[in-house]
Amino acid sequence: MPELTYRDAIRAALIDAMERDPTVLLLGEDIGLYQGTFRVTADLLARFGPRRVIDTPISEEGFVGAAIGMALLGLRPVVEVMTWNFSLLAFDQIVNNAAKVRYFSGGQVDVPLVIRGPNGAGVQLSAQHSQSVEVFYAHVPGLRVVAPATPADAWGLLRTALRGRDPVIFLENAALYGTKGPVPDGDGALPFGRAEVARPGRDVTIVAYSRMLLVALEAARQLADEGIDAEVINLRSLRPLDGETLVRSVAKTHRAVVVQEQWKPFGAAAEIAATIYEGAFDLLDAPVERVTGADVPMPYARELELLAIPHEADIVAAARRVLYREGR
Amino acid sequence: MAEVIMPKMGDAMTEGKVLRWLKQPGDPVRKGEPIAEIETDKVNVELEAEWDGVLSRVLVAPGSAVPVGAPIAILTRPGEAAPAAEAPPSRAPETPAGTGAPAAAATAQAAAPPPASAPPAAPPAGAVRASPLARRLAAEHGIPLETIRGSGPEGRITKEDVEAAIAARAARPAPTPAPAMPPAAAGREVPLSRMRATIARRMTESKQQVPHFYVTMAIAMDAALDLRRQLNDRLPEAAKVTVNDLVVRAAALALRRYPNLNASFAGDVIRHPAAVNISIAVPVAEGLVSPVLHDVDRKPLWVIAHESKALIERARAGHLRPDDLVGGTFTVSNLGPYGVEAFAAIVNPPQAAILAVGAATPTPVVRDGTVQVATVMHATLSADHRVTDGAEAAQFLGEIRRLLEAPVWLVTEIPEGERTG
Repeated sequence: MPELTYRDAIRAALIDAMERDPTVLLLGEDIGLYQGTFRVTADLLARFGPRRVIDTPISEEGFVGAAIGMALLGLRPVVEVMTWNFSLLAFDQIVNNAAKVRYFSGGQVDVPLVIRGPNGAGVQLSAQHSQSVEVFYAHVPGLRVVAPATPADAWGLLRTALRGRDPVIFLENAALYGTKGPVPDGDGALPFGRAEVARPGRDVTIVAYSRMLLVALEAARQLADEGIDAEVINLRSLRPLDGETLVRSVAKTHRAVVVQEQWKPFGAAAEIAATIYEGAFDLLDAPVERVTGADVPMPYARELELLAIPHEADIVAAARRVLYREGR
Repeated sequence: MAEVIMPKMGDAMTEGKVLRWLKQPGDPVRKGEPIAEIETDKVNVELEAEWDGVLSRVLVAPGSAVPVGAPIAILTRPGEAAPAAEAPPSRAPETPAGTGAPAAAATAQAAAPPPASAPPAAPPAGAVRASPLARRLAAEHGIPLETIRGSGPEGRITKEDVEAAIAARAARPAPTPAPAMPPAAAGREVPLSRMRATIARRMTESKQQVPHFYVTMAIAMDAALDLRRQLNDRLPEAAKVTVNDLVVRAAALALRRYPNLNASFAGDVIRHPAAVNISIAVPVAEGLVSPVLHDVDRKPLWVIAHESKALIERARAGHLRPDDLVGGTFTVSNLGPYGVEAFAAIVNPPQAAILAVGAATPTPVVRDGTVQVATVMHATLSADHRVTDGAEAAQFLGEIRRLLEAPVWLVTEIPEGERTG
């Protein structure tokens, strides 16, 4: 089982798909000559040539629209958005075309398109580069929204994305590119809509995805020192959402803390909490707690950015609250 | 058009029975006019119309019990069309949060015709707080939530609390069957009335769960009795002041200064109600009720006397209104009229304290080295040690004594804060 960085796991999945399938091609700003802003596409231009690794101008609506057209005509484009914030320029293409063409065409055509790039905060890129966009897309029927937390997730979810027939919102995390972890030797594809119990426990369920999984696991380690045995769920996929695993976990622990990096109102944690309430109301011993980012545009200053995103201590405190152990 | 709902008369009430309808469908009703007689665990009350209108439909047959909050009738406002005779089927009345008694709701549903429309969604105020899991566990084990003390925020009952209650029940030895009495000695058995059962349950709970302590003081009542004579010379019959009214007024003024005695223990907080509402224990044919005098600290003595008289009359006649039974923050129990000199009462949860007063009787007392005769009344405060302590209880009782021994304060309105000592 090789150890890879999150970045290299994504790159490896792209190379594997491009080698197997000549219809796979990449589009995006600075992905060719410049090798990718976050180096995910390093050397790919040299390896696959300019017909399959296409540098685009700054024109998100244009190149996402072009990619949708390619997908309709039988290709399998992978669009890199320099950050997911810029995808908002292509929001109409994604929401009104990519997500709906199959519906509009009565199922005659579909859009096997992957849009990928860095999401989230933590690397001092300020308000217009650091927001988390997942709920914008997870709201829309027709899209798949996945958020890998580990190199194995990145590898496995991207392989599934590159085989499916749906437009996939593939949310990487800028602060995770350098993290290392084992990636399976074999196929390793991870089905969408199946969460992972990243750490089994019996006292409280902590639900997280993307980088917050690492924060949640560290919080669980700290809770263990207090004798609290936390179960940590790595969602991997927001749409579809694996309610079954959530309910099964809460049936065991009776308490839940949901963690997200994004703003609290109407966020993913609200959907996750509602899913738990719907499926496990009678099994809850405390209200579900949400640990979220601050409800402000992301500050640039390091200290302020750190204040605006959730940390281990926030999760530990929330876990204590749902266990009624606050102040004990 | 609106629903008349089963009122909640007392914190522990989960359901009520419609004894009889005092109005028939189609009858016009005026605001304040009694429309039904309701039996609760404690007392029978007359339910009054909240506005003028027509009682257009009756949803509950006489003799049927329904949960608190369930609709029992439809009242149409003047000028409104009466609803169709066949009301559309709708949701069954919800078990109000806090009853934790699905069985009760089921019975009620079986007994009552379906209500005309959805009942209010919000749980009634004062409902028992419990996590969904705790509710389910308690229901599975047949443990009423009202009997469990919650350890969570604002007294929320959690899984642990229910598990403790289950364990406590399991630990109790199984009741050994009483040896059969020979028929001659058996006498007769009287089934508990609802009121008796409620008193039994609540007093047992109180003695088991509230750590009581008791503080007694002797109070010289000569000045107070003299004041009472002077007042009653001039007051009309309906406002004549009793010794109990003097005690209630003194207690109310003292409660304002010692808010911990006007409080309730609620898990991780102590609740301080905004008002001083004094329950007065009134013996009635079936047992005991504690109707409530509201805002006693803000009312002159003769108003208290007037209201207290009316309340006691309604209690004895079985005509207490829902409002009469809710919101008490402290209780005064007076066995003086029965010749009792001193006694200790059981705290009436969730209140933190109860004052038991005996008769004022001529007693030899030593003053300035000589034996004199004074009219002495013994007052015993029973208090919840989780909320207050002996010294505070003693100061509170001392304040009552000061007020009764210098009773001018009972009839003088001096804003709080202006007074010293």
